[in-house]
Amino acid sequence: MTHEKLTMAQALNRALRDAMAEDPSVLMFGEDVGPLGGVFRITDGLTAEFGEERCFDTPLAESGIVGLAVGMAMNGMRPVVEMQFDAFAYPAFEQVVSHVAKLRNRTRGAVTVPMVIRVPYAGGIGGVEHHCDSSESYYAHTPGLHVLAPANAADAYGLLREAIASPDPVVFLEPKKLYWSKEEVDLAAPVPGIGKAAVVREGTDATLIAYGPSVPTALEAAEVAAQDGRSLQVVDVRSIVPFDDATVCEAVRSTGRAVVVAEAVGFASVSSEIVARVTERCFHSLAAPIRRVTGFDIPFPPPKLEHFQLPGVDRILDAVDDLQWEDS
Amino acid sequence: MTRDPAALLPSAEPVMLIDPSGAPTGLADVPDDDTMLAAYGALVAARRLNDQAYALVRQGRLAVYPSSHGQEACQVAAAQVLGADDWLFPTYRDTVAAVTRGVDPVEVLVLLKGDWHSGYDPYRTKVAPQATPLATQLLHAVGVGYAAKLRGEPTVVMALCGDGATSEGDFHEALNFAAVFGVPVVFFVQNNEYAISVPLARQSVAPSLAHKGVGYGVPGERVDGNDVAALLAVLGGAVAKARAGEGPQLVEAHTYRMQAHTNADDATRYRQDDEVAAWVERDPLTRAEAYLRGRGALGDDQVTAYAAEADRMAAHVRDGLNRDVEPNPDDLFDFVYARRTPQLEEQAALVADELSREDAR
Ligand SMILES: Cc1ncc(C[n+]2csc(CCOP(=O)(O)OP(=O)(O)O)c2C)c(N)n1
Ligand SMILES: [Mg+2]
Repeated sequence: MTHEKLTMAQALNRALRDAMAEDPSVLMFGEDVGPLGGVFRITDGLTAEFGEERCFDTPLAESGIVGLAVGMAMNGMRPVVEMQFDAFAYPAFEQVVSHVAKLRNRTRGAVTVPMVIRVPYAGGIGGVEHHCDSSESYYAHTPGLHVLAPANAADAYGLLREAIASPDPVVFLEPKKLYWSKEEVDLAAPVPGIGKAAVVREGTDATLIAYGPSVPTALEAAEVAAQDGRSLQVVDVRSIVPFDDATVCEAVRSTGRAVVVAEAVGFASVSSEIVARVTERCFHSLAAPIRRVTGFDIPFPPPKLEHFQLPGVDRILDAVDDLQWEDS
Repeated sequence: MTRDPAALLPSAEPVMLIDPSGAPTGLADVPDDDTMLAAYGALVAARRLNDQAYALVRQGRLAVYPSSHGQEACQVAAAQVLGADDWLFPTYRDTVAAVTRGVDPVEVLVLLKGDWHSGYDPYRTKVAPQATPLATQLLHAVGVGYAAKLRGEPTVVMALCGDGATSEGDFHEALNFAAVFGVPVVFFVQNNEYAISVPLARQSVAPSLAHKGVGYGVPGERVDGNDVAALLAVLGGAVAKARAGEGPQLVEAHTYRMQAHTNADDATRYRQDDEVAAWVERDPLTRAEAYLRGRGALGDDQVTAYAAEADRMAAHVRDGLNRDVEPNPDDLFDFVYARRTPQLEEQAALVADELSREDAR
């Protein structure tokens, strides 16, 4: 048991390093991931430690990066690729949707493409256009992909290790704004795996359901609510696909009220899916319709306007206030 | 149309008309003194703008700035060879090109200040919004050029991208579309040797980036990207050919990104200081100045006058960027569609309600 203070960026770096050390078929490639160590330094030192053949820069082409990974995965490698930013993954969309996601199914399981597509994602960093998209719903809507979004350093390490070991392709969404927050972590301690949500704060009055960049905001809202005498439970979804209906529904049944918090556009999204699933399963336990606090249905705004778009504590608590308390 | 491959190939070395000491190479005529003075004045302003923007990043007035320090001659020439009805398609690094074409620098910098995504009206100066997703704008440039061609207008489109962007699929699709449809586009690649940290050798092992035209039937040319005279001549020639109906042209300028990719980048992680230092003597501004002084076409008084004009521009930029614009939340909802959807109306009302409750507190 060795506890250490690590940022999420360092935990991700450690996961890559440990996976590469354990399994020579694990490769890391993308744009600026070699000597520079990635624009967020997630791959820092990997080229120096494992050589240019294991961690390398490619020509600048996302479709090329993912397409290359498909072929390598077909031929015994376990590629981990980095899309430099959320919105710069779109040139690879064809490869992801038509091939990464479908090869197993097309070939009745004969061809599998275990790979991890790492995507620094979402806003809250004052980034200019095309640097702040929450793109999880595109991936979650594509059968054949696992979609993970860690919200803390321990999960970042544990989930990335699992993603690399997974027989299925994984889109791994790394909340940029959480890269530099430091925490005590024990990397050797197991975390819940792919497909598992986690209750990260106990509470009895209502449940906040969040993932990725919205989890710390939900926890902050719960803290503020506690000072006002309201006890909010917080569930971290962690694994968007596969989705942990059991844990999420058990949590919502225990409180009878829920708010889903997500930074992405709300329309036709992961957040709407969560509301639908929980309502289908927990209708008779609900004292109020489930509310959502999400990004508005607009392109991600410029830095000076992004605070309007990001779910904040006040907006979450307003939604909680709306959960028909007068009836209970 | 059959094309002789040899006729599509660029020259063996980048075209240079003025050497780094300011002396004419004699390869071809240098543009006339008035043209060169106009280019010099724009270079002085360009350098001043790069310096000013860099300072504004340090002062927190700009979120980020991808500087074109060292590449100013490319950007000045790209703008100056165009006519009023032509179009320019710039990238995030091409602030100077947009400004040289006549866009107010304060409006160009709105993107990097963070007030809005694009701060100018593209139709007023025929400068497309600066493109960040690499190479995507090149196809738009082809579309603008093809529409003009179908309407019988003599428009030429200048489409800019970097060396790294030539690896994206859209670069290749754009060249091919333009060639197949015979569209008057000049594809102008500023090869500054790096795509963030990745050196050119990792992008391409082609003899040069200008050679990439051959496979599409597009003639390519190479030019010294720090020699504004050569750039004016080569880009001007390419524009003339495109306008004359000879189809798309590809020009690669060999230059160097003197500063980090942006202020957020640490270039010491991937390149040596002496590599950068070697490019100082090839500076485009001092080269143009040495040439004009050598001819007696530029004296101290004029140098001072150009510098003073650049200072006025810089003061205008400072004033503009130091002015805080109150963010208007209606902007979030007003431009997504021609008309707000019912859902957007609800969402705008929610923000308005939040703000009124904040005010009431
Ligand atoms: C599709 C896409 N992928 C990645 C990026 C991130 N990115 C921004 S600039 C850049 C390097 C571009 O290099 P180059 O084309 O040589 O232009 P330069 O910045 O040197 O002017 C990268 C990778 C992007 N903007 N768009
Ligand atoms: Mg470059």
